[in-house]
Formats: sequence, structure tokens, C-alpha cells
Amino acid sequence: MPDAVVELVGVNKWYGAFHALKDFNLEISSGERVVICGPSGSGKSTVVRCINQLERHQKGTIRIDGVELTEDPKSVARIRSEVGMVFQQFNLFPHLTVLENLTLGPIKARGLSRKDAEARARHYLERVHIPDQADKHPIQLSGGQQQRVAIARSLCMEPRVLLFDEPTSALDPEMISEVLDVMVELAEDGMTMVVVTHEMGFARKVADNMVFMDAGETVEQGKPEHLFTNPRSERCRKFLSQILQH
Amino acid sequence: MKRAFFPLTVLVLIAGCSSSQSWGWYVIDPTTESGWTNVKFLVSGMGATIQISLIAAVLSIVIGLIVALPGLSEKRGWRLVNRVYVEFIRSIPLLPMLFWVFYGMPIVFRSMGLNIPIDPFWGAIITLAVSDSAFTAEIYRAGIQSIARGQSEAAQTIGLNYFQSMRYVILPQAIRRILPPLANQFIYIVKMSAFASVIGMQELTRRANELVVTEYRPLEIYTLLIFEYLLLVLIISAGVRWLERRMGSDERGQ
Ligand SMILES: Nc1ncnc2c1ncn2[C@@H]1O[C@H](COP(=O)(O)OP(=O)(O)OP(=O)(O)O)[C@@H](O)[C@H]1O
Ligand SMILES: [Mg+2]
Repeated sequence: MPDAVVELVGVNKWYGAFHALKDFNLEISSGERVVICGPSGSGKSTVVRCINQLERHQKGTIRIDGVELTEDPKSVARIRSEVGMVFQQFNLFPHLTVLENLTLGPIKARGLSRKDAEARARHYLERVHIPDQADKHPIQLSGGQQQRVAIARSLCMEPRVLLFDEPTSALDPEMISEVLDVMVELAEDGMTMVVVTHEMGFARKVADNMVFMDAGETVEQGKPEHLFTNPRSERCRKFLSQILQH
Repeated sequence: MKRAFFPLTVLVLIAGCSSSQSWGWYVIDPTTESGWTNVKFLVSGMGATIQISLIAAVLSIVIGLIVALPGLSEKRGWRLVNRVYVEFIRSIPLLPMLFWVFYGMPIVFRSMGLNIPIDPFWGAIITLAVSDSAFTAEIYRAGIQSIARGQSEAAQTIGLNYFQSMRYVILPQAIRRILPPLANQFIYIVKMSAFASVIGMQELTRRANELVVTEYRPLEIYTLLIFEYLLLVLIISAGVRWLERRMGSDERGQ
């Protein structure tokens, strides 16, 4: 596929002796939304962390825009500029204001002027619906607001692909929807997204491709309605029926 | 500072009974001309002690950071460099290291064709800084490690390189854990600077030694010496407490 933004081919990852990803394949084309789900420890985080090279895979190929990732610092730097990441624990910088959180990357890594970076930051704060919190510190915000700031921080780097690792799992239930709403809007605007989540309503709404993983492997993938209504594997059916009960 | 007054009062009281043979307050009695001259002589070492300690502390803070960073690496080779330095330097007693630096290092320099003389001032500073840097390195390492891994990961994902993420994300947060123990290390340096006296540095202890030789009054002179160090240390501790209060009241970062 020529327009694959991210391509994982036969990727293997070991943590010491533990085989966390086994010949993993995944293709994400421009504008596609992929949702990854699966039981705890199945390797979902490992997939997204390999895509942005927070973890180095030992075997197989990962291509971003057709260019293979290597350990070369230049290659890693390219990843950082094309792939954004939103963490479960937000990982905002507590010593900086919201605005400073958002402008740090554009100013230091991209060389934007402070003025341009702040304009961009305010634009994306608007987009995640918290334009008036710019001068607060993260700790003064609710969890849902913090996660939206984290999303805005990633957007400020204007990435081609945005990775989410369980973005709503650390949130109180009443704050989950405000974060999901923002993510749905991003999806509607055509952002290429890889989302690890157990929010099946979200998956149903936006996912073009849903990947069910277990024990470091893709057990099944396809359109969400396909997996929900007609899963081929027993493991997938069981897992989905469990989380859909909640 | 209140606590300082108690021992000082005791000192004055003891001095009051100066008629006794064993206590000769007169040597350091500021109200007599000779006593005042002696006190001035003793206190005049204060400048050197403070200078040596301050410069050594600043150097130690810089060397410590440089040594600490490889200790935080994921590469085992780098961590080994850190371990070897810290364990090796920490195991050398100060006095032998001082002798090695002062008497030995110029020979090393000469054999390399360099003519770098080492005077007592810089000999003492180098020794104190290097010796202390093993401890400051450990303080940095602990402080930086206390910052959650997610912070450096987030810094990486917004494109910051290693030094930028240290400079803008990790160190500003670690500093509150690092500064108070670093300030305590400064007290250690001030006390250890007394060793500079043996290579001829004219600091507090050296002055006291010299005066003892001419006055034969070790008890009085060394008592005053101890109070001179006490005064320095109390001033620094007050500074440390002020610093801790300031950092504590700044609750923004967890
Ligand atoms: N740094 C690491 N060192 C050793 N083992 C690890 C490490 N990171 C993850 N693992 C192991 O690899 C496996 C996959 O981990 P991963 O975090 O990718 O799972 P996950 O699907 O994201 O699970 P969860 O739903 O709990 O987040 C787990 O068994 C985990 O214990
Ligand atoms: Mg995970």
C-alpha cells in the first residue's frame, strides 16, 4: 500500500527473556483510525511504544512514511517529529504552566519563535475546549482537562500520526467523555490515530480497523462491527463480551 | 541563631574565671591589645576558608552533575564509568588525596611536559571538589531518578533531545530534591577545608596552629577555632533551612 503512514512488518520485541511481540504486523494508512484492544499484558502498549521508539524492537521492520526506522539518532528524531503520543498518566510537566507545556516542544525542538508557538498553543487549546486555562499549572486542572492539555501538547508538534495509550483509563468516569469527544473530533478532522483503549463505544464510532491482541500477537482484526457481532476467535468473543458488559 | 548564644555565653563565663591557671583567656581577650591582635590574626583565616569552600563547592556541583549523568544511562558501560568514579573517589581519605594532589600531581604534569604549579590554595580546592563530587554525583542521581520516567518519555515525544529534556524538564523538577542535600554537602566541605592547613594554606586552622606555636595556649586558641567553624556552619544551616522552606512552600510540582 503506497500511502501507508506506519507499517510494522514481522516486529518482534523481547523484554529480557520475555517475548512481548511476536511477528507483529500492522499497516496504518493516512487518515486511518486504528483501535487496539486486548487483555492486560497482551502487548498493546509495547506496539505503540515501538512505533515511536520509546522501546526499541529487536527484529522486524517499522516504516514511517516508507522510511525504515533505525537506531540512528536522525531516524529517531524524524519519528519524534512525525509521531505524537498521549499517555495514560498524561505526563504533563508539573513545573510549567499549561501554555509552557504546549510551547516547549515547538520552541526548543522546532525552533519556532515564542510568539508563533504561543499562537499555535492557543489555537490547539481552543480545539480541546480549554482556551482559558493557559496560565494555570497542570495540578490545578481536573484529570479530564489535564488529558486534553496533553492532547493539545501533542497536536502542537503537528504530527502525522497520533498515538494514544489508554488515554481515559486514569480518569474518573464523568471525565471520560470530554476526552473521548475531543478524540472523536480529531478523527473527524482526518487525523491518523492509533488508539489503545477499552472504550468500545469510541471504537465503534471512529475505528476503521480494530485489532484484538493477545499474548503479543494479533488474534483478529477488522471493522469494529465485524469483531463485535461476528468474531471468528473464541478469545476475542470472550474478551469483548466481558468488557461490553461494563 | 539563638542556639549559638548558649555556648558563647558559656565560653564567656568560663573566660570570666580567668584567674585559674588552666584557662588563660588573656590570649584571645579582645579587650587587651595583644589579645585583640591574636583574635584578628585567627579570624583573618576566615576569608581563605570561605573562598576555598565556596569555589570547591561550585566545582563539586559541576563535576557531580557530569559524573551523575552517565550513571543514569541505560547503557551498562556508561553506568560503570559512574560507579567506578564514585566508589573510587569515595574510598580515598581526604588527607592522602590532598598530599597526592599537592605533591604528586605537579610531577604528573611535569612528566607530561606541562608546567602547572599547584599552590596550596588550588591544591586544597581541587582535592575538596573532587572528593566531594562523588557525593554530589550520588545526590544528583537520586534526585533525577526520583522524577517519574513518564516525564522524560513525554519530553522525548515532543522532540526534545537528551540535554534539552534534562535542562527544561528533569532538572527543574529534581532541583527541589537536590538542593537541600547539596547545601548540606557544603557544610562537609567547610569542615574538611581544615585539612588545607597541612599543605600550608593560611586558613582558620593554620592560623590557630601558628598562634599555638608562639603562645603555648592550645586550649583557648582551639576553642575559639571550634567556635569559628560553628559560626560558619550555623550560617550555612540557616541558609539551608531558608532554602527548604522556600522549596516546600512552592507546591506546584509534586
Ligand atoms: N520494561 C519492561 N520490562 C519487562 N517486561 C515488560 C516491560 N514492559 C512491559 N513488559 C511486559 O510485556 C508484556 C506486555 O506489556 P504491555 O505493557 O505492552 O501490555 P499491555 O497490553 O499494554 O497491558 P496493559 O493493558 O496492562 O497496559 C507484559 O507482560 C509486561 O509485563
Ligand atoms: Mg498498556
